[in-house]
Order: sequence, then C-alpha cells, then structure tokens
Amino acid sequence: MSKTDWATLSNNFVYSSMGIIFIAFISFAFQTAWSFRVEPLAHETLKTKSMKYTKAGRIGIALAILGFIFLSAGVVARGVSAGRVPWGNMYEFSITGALAFLFAYLVTLRKYKVQWLGLIVTLAVLLTLGTAVTLLYVPTAPLAPALKSTWLVIHVCAAIISGGVFLLANCVAAAYLIMDRYEDEDGNENRPNWAKQLPTLAELDQLSYRLVALVFPLWTFAVIAGAIWAEAAWGRYWGWDPKETWAFITWVAYAAYLHARVTAGWKGKRAAWLCLFAGSTFLFNYVYVNIWGAGRHTYSGL
Amino acid sequence: MSYEIKTPELGTIGLLRWLWRQLTSMRTALILLLLLGVASIPGSIIPQRNQDPTQVQQYFVNNPTLAKVFDKFSLFNLYSSTWFSAIYLLLFISLIGCVLPRTWEHFKNIRALPPLTPKNLIRLEEFRTFESRKSADEILVIARAHFSKRRYRIRDCDASVAVEKGFIRESGNLLFHLSLIGVLIGVSAGVLGGMRGSAIVNEGESFTNVATSYDSLSAGRLFKLSEFPPVTLKVLKFTAIYDPLTNAPLDYSLILDVTESGKLDSRRVEVKVNKPLTFGSTRIYLQANGFSPKVTVRDNAGKIVLSGAIPFLPQDGNLTSIGAIKVPDLTPTQLGIVGSFLPTAERDKIRGGFSSYPEALNPRLLMAAWLGDLGLDTGVPQSVYRINTAKMERVGLQSLAPGQVWELPGDIGSITFDGVTKWVNLQIVRDPGKPFALLGAVFALMGLLISLFARRRRIWIRTVLGENTSSSGVIVEIAGLSRSPGLAEEIDALVKVLKEKRGDDE
Ligand code: HEM
Repeated sequence: MSKTDWATLSNNFVYSSMGIIFIAFISFAFQTAWSFRVEPLAHETLKTKSMKYTKAGRIGIALAILGFIFLSAGVVARGVSAGRVPWGNMYEFSITGALAFLFAYLVTLRKYKVQWLGLIVTLAVLLTLGTAVTLLYVPTAPLAPALKSTWLVIHVCAAIISGGVFLLANCVAAAYLIMDRYEDEDGNENRPNWAKQLPTLAELDQLSYRLVALVFPLWTFAVIAGAIWAEAAWGRYWGWDPKETWAFITWVAYAAYLHARVTAGWKGKRAAWLCLFAGSTFLFNYVYVNIWGAGRHTYSGL
Repeated sequence: MSYEIKTPELGTIGLLRWLWRQLTSMRTALILLLLLGVASIPGSIIPQRNQDPTQVQQYFVNNPTLAKVFDKFSLFNLYSSTWFSAIYLLLFISLIGCVLPRTWEHFKNIRALPPLTPKNLIRLEEFRTFESRKSADEILVIARAHFSKRRYRIRDCDASVAVEKGFIRESGNLLFHLSLIGVLIGVSAGVLGGMRGSAIVNEGESFTNVATSYDSLSAGRLFKLSEFPPVTLKVLKFTAIYDPLTNAPLDYSLILDVTESGKLDSRRVEVKVNKPLTFGSTRIYLQANGFSPKVTVRDNAGKIVLSGAIPFLPQDGNLTSIGAIKVPDLTPTQLGIVGSFLPTAERDKIRGGFSSYPEALNPRLLMAAWLGDLGLDTGVPQSVYRINTAKMERVGLQSLAPGQVWELPGDIGSITFDGVTKWVNLQIVRDPGKPFALLGAVFALMGLLISLFARRRRIWIRTVLGENTSSSGVIVEIAGLSRSPGLAEEIDALVKVLKEKRGDDE
C-alpha cells in the first residue's frame, strides 16, 4: 500500500468511527430520555435488565468500544501513512486526543458506574473529531526538523493522555455541580428520575479527585519532558513561550486543586469549580495558543 | 504609638513572629501559588522583549499610551520584573518556612510508634467486631504476624495492637516540596552564572568566541567571559533539505570544524536542530539560517569599496529575504541599497516577483539604490537589515541574476551580484544551573509519585473478654483511619486471617 492509500484508509476509519460514535450518542440519548419516564414508584426496579433504557445504555457502551477500535485504527493508519508517530499537527493531536479521552472513559467504566457519562463523553468526542476533520484537516506531511526527536513521542504522548483524563475529570466535576442542585439542606438528594442511577455526590467528588491525582504526575512529567526537549532544540529549557506559560498555569491550577483537597480539606462544590477551572486552562492552551498564539510551538500546521 | 515605644522589642519580635507564621502557613502558600499562575498570564498575551523585541516596538507604535502603562508595570519583561520575582521569592520563602520544620519533625519521628489504641473504636472508620474462639493472645499474635509481613509499624498496647503504615507518604511529600526549592536554585544559578549569545556566520567563515564576535550577548552577574575557553568554529557547510511538494523543511545539517584553544588540529562535527554541540556546560545550537547574496561594489574609478556576503533576513517559508547593503565610503555621497533576495524567482501578474521554493534554483537580487546620508554617525543603533532613508533619495531600481553588473545611475560606480552563499545563526548558551534544575525536577516527580500513591493508614485490633461468653473465646474489635482508599479491603483481609484456622464461628 502506498502512503496515500494509508492516508485514505485512515480517513475512512476516522469517518466510520464518527458514525459509530454518533449512533452510540443516540443510544445514550435514548437511555436518558427513557429514564425520564420511569414512574417514581418503579425506581426500585431500576436495575433490572429488562428496562428499555438499561439496554440502550448497554448498546451505547458497546458502540463506544467499537468506535474506539475504529478510531485507534484510524490513528495508527495515519501514523503509517506519514511514516512517523501521528502527532505532527493539530489534526493529528485532535484525533489522538479524542482517542485518549475515550480510552480514559472506557477504563474508568471498568471500576466506576459511569455509563450515564456516555452522553457527554460521546458528544465531546464527536465535537473534537468533527472539528478535526472539517477545520483542522491537513494531508500527511513529514515532520519539521525541530520535531524530529524521541521527545516528540514521550512529551506529546504524556501531554495527550493527561489531556484526555483532565477532560474526563472535568465532565465528572460538571456532573457534580449539576447534581448538587438537587440536594437539600439536610443532605438528601431529591433527584429527578433520570438522575437517580447516577453515583452519589460523594462518589462523584471522589472520582474527579482520583482522576486528577492519577494524572497530575504524568502532566508534571510531560512538562519536564518538554523542558528537556526545549533545551535540546531551542537552547533553553524554559522561555515563557505562551504554550509553556499555559502549561505552567495548568500545572499550578491542578497543584492548587490538590492542595485544596488534601491539606485544606476542600470538597464538593468549591473543589469541583476549581477542577473545572484547571481543566479549562488546559483547553485554552490547546485551542487559543495553537490557533491564535505566537511563540515557538507553531507546529499546529494551520 | 506610646505603646510601641514602651515595649519596642517585644512588639517588633511579636510582629515578626506573627508575620512569619502567616507567611509560612499553608493558606498563604496556596494563595501565592495561584497568584503566580495568574501573574504569568499577561506575558502570554503581551509581547515580551526577550522573545520578540520588534513586536514590542510595534506595540509602542500602535498603542503608545497603553504601551507606556504596560511598560510602567514591566509587562513587556514580565518574567524578569521585580513584582513577578517578588511573588515567586515569597512563595519559596513560604515553602522553606513551611517545609524545613516539617522535615525536621518528620526526621525525629522516623522511629515513632503508632498512637495508642483509642477507647472507642466504634467511632472510627470501618469498624468490625466478631466473636472468636481463639484466645486474646492468639488473636494478637496472628494480627502482629500479619502486619509485620506487610511492613507495618507495630505497637503492643494493653490487650490490643496498634499498627501504622505509609510513613513514606510524608517523606515523598517533603521530597517533592524540597526539590522544588532545588529547581529554583538551579534556575537562579543558570541566570546568574550563565550567558547567552548569538552570531550569524556565513558558510566558509569562522566564529571565534570573543566578546566582539557576538551579534548579541547577555550574561548573568556572576559570569566571566574569561572562564569560557576560546574556540574557533569554522562553518564548512550548511545543508537544508526541503519537501518538494510542500516546500516545508525536512532536515537541517551544519558541518563545523572546531578548533579548541591551544590545539592545532581541529575536529569536524555535525550540528542539527535537536543535536547541539556541547563543551562542558556550554552548548552551541543551530537556530536559524538564510541566504547571503555576495556583492562587489566599485567606485567610478573601478576600485572595490565593498565586497562580501551580506546576510539577508528570511520573510517567509520560501526564504524571500530582505536586507541592506550600506556603502558609506563612496564619493561624493553615501550609497544604500535596499535589497530583496528571491532564491527561486518567479513572476506573476498579481504578486509581481516572488520566490516559489526555498532553495537557490533561480536566484535574483532586487535592489533599490538610495543616495544621501545613511545616518550611521548619529549614535542610534541601526538594524543591519534596514536603511533609514529619511535623508536619502532613491535613484534607481534593478534586478540582477548572478554574474550581472548594475552600472549605478549618475556614474558613481557599479554593483556586481557575484552569487549567493548561506548563513547560519549560532546560539551559544552556557547554563551551569541546568543539571541542578533537572535533578530537582526528577526528584520532585519521584516525591510526587510517592506522596500521591503511597497509602497511609492506621489500624487497631482490640480483644475484649465477652461478658456472656461461656467459651474461652473473646470479642475482637477492629477499626482504622485512612486518608487513602483501600482501608476496607485491608481490614477484610485481616478479619479473614483472624477467622481462619481451627474453624472459628462467627
Ligand atoms: C518548557 C518546555 C515545554 C513545555 C512546558 C511544553 C508544554 C506543552 C503542553 C502543555 C502541551 C500539550 C497541550 C496542548 O497541546 O495544548 C504541549 C504540546 C506539544 N509540545 Fe510542548 N512544551 C515544551 C517544549 C516543547 C518542545 C521543545 C517541543 C518541540 C520542539 C514541543 C512540542 C510540542 C508539540 C509538538 C506538542 C503537541 C501539541 C500542540 O502543539 O498543541 N514542546 N507542550
């Protein structure tokens, strides 16, 4: 197969995965919609498998896994067509980032009951992939000289995985803030039907903390690896380039979040807001600095 | 006032103490940390002098009033400004004041035993109780063996055992914070004892490491150029390879002959973008490249007044470059050539002349000749790529291919375009703090991993003689405390072990 064949194959895989994830999204939407109609009395039987919406949720997850497989194939084929790791421009960062995000969700699903997050996760993946194929798409091209380094693999891989998990933690924190509205002063949760199957507030709070605590070291590593690479490529390990500055801000924000959780005992609402804030600094770095920012990180290929 | 005068010493010391306690509190550190993050934002939006000085100048032209305000608050050199430094220095003082006492405390506790068993286990987490046929001693012996296998610290109390694990969590935490101080020391050592300079060198020419051969040089307060062994670098060949489809650069390679001082023979090395040349804590990087048109200027008598390769500054991906040829030694008046160089010249209706490829396949030198006063004696530093034409007059335009000659209008002389060569920008950087910063970062990461993943927990096991138990058995009570997950599993495992063997009932 020639390089262009591989590139076409990659595009086909990416488009197919979008189709599959779209159907997954629809299934999750049905799951949520049907659960609105469950009679309050029936809520005891929510867990029975025969319920329509439980089925819809299961179909959604099965499709999300299938979509994940297709998207992985798309990313790999893209790498083969370029003859390098598929992280050379913003289109490639976006499809790999969507993959990492979906992966983080599927892994979390094994340990926590987060099926209900499927709706948000598939939507976010679709938006990312949609932007990637319409606005960011560029044909495969070789790497710029500064990117020819083992550090590309190490630094960018660590950054993308961290990004996927940060995004998931943001989804959980957002869910916390939404569910928090249904809690009364005595701590009873008077949730509407569709939200009854969701984890308790305490569980959501714990989950977003665990996700952040898990990847914060990886993010630290990504920044250190970036600094080592910058030293080799640009002659300084830290230069307050806009991308570096925002990486630092994200790091500080999550460090503050961990501090607030662990030493100041912040929980619940305030912690969730801080988590959302820290996550948005990461997104800002990806969107703003890549597209409008100046500086040396101009590899977005736009 | 009078109160202060009466007890000045107590007051000052008390105040200082209070200030110190405030500064070293967790809350202050947290606020300073967030402040540092927020304070670094403007620098990613407002151009910075050390990164892009021309854009800063442009800012002054476009928004003069705003620029003046920004400049007042050092927003164009934010990261080296006093107020930014003040934030991080305070943060690190706060960190030191917070961490050093804790480290000392932790060190003293290195052999400390877990706390005594609390009276009321029922109030703690994961309380379990069951009746056992084993004797109290048996229970405690089994529990002790179980936990010593799992490397807990064990304390025997009255009819109970207290165990504790995860001391290393605090060690990791302290390591992390102390290492951050190490990073700061490394960074400061680099700033104070380091230097950074750059020089543009044409292919075939040499660079010798003395202060006058740098185009720009900035050094820390503690840096002495004399410590820096002189070397001579001869630029033998620079090769750039481009992708013929996209014109994007694929690879840059620079071949240098390096002669160290006191040595006669040189060695040949290759420098690439990710592969700098290293001498101790000094490294030499390949930073940028471009074309230098070679020209010869003759006066009307045919005498050569200027000859050489003149570096032009690339403007786009196809290396359309601009530059200036300044000829002060021509009579009757000075000559300035505003030039633009097209490596692969093409022409169309819309753009006029442009370059379609970054290699010199069809080179053209476009020139505008200006006569008058170049303004070189005013003392104001000038860009080597531009000419201040305020006091000059344009006398002609010409485009030359290599080998062609332009007889300048007014019979003042001629200019020959002899050909083209390449230049590279060498960046010479010395940073003695680098290894310390790296070491600090690596230790910080290790500390972080330990402090986030080591699990800290305390568990207590007590045996109580049952009031109504007719048998020789006891009631076992177990409870624990933990900030990390997994306590329930740990206690379940213990219960299982205690219930095992000799068929105990519930
Ligand atoms: C102090 C050093 C560095 C820091 C703190 C840093 C920070 C970051 C961060 C936070 C990201 C990921 C998030 C995002 O995409 O928005 C990133 C991505 C990336 N970095 Fe760096 N970086 C550093 C040095 C370097 C160097 C030296 C290179 C290469 C020459 C490099 C190349 C890239 C590339 C290619 C990406 C991929 C995605 C993108 O641009 O968005 N980085 N860096």
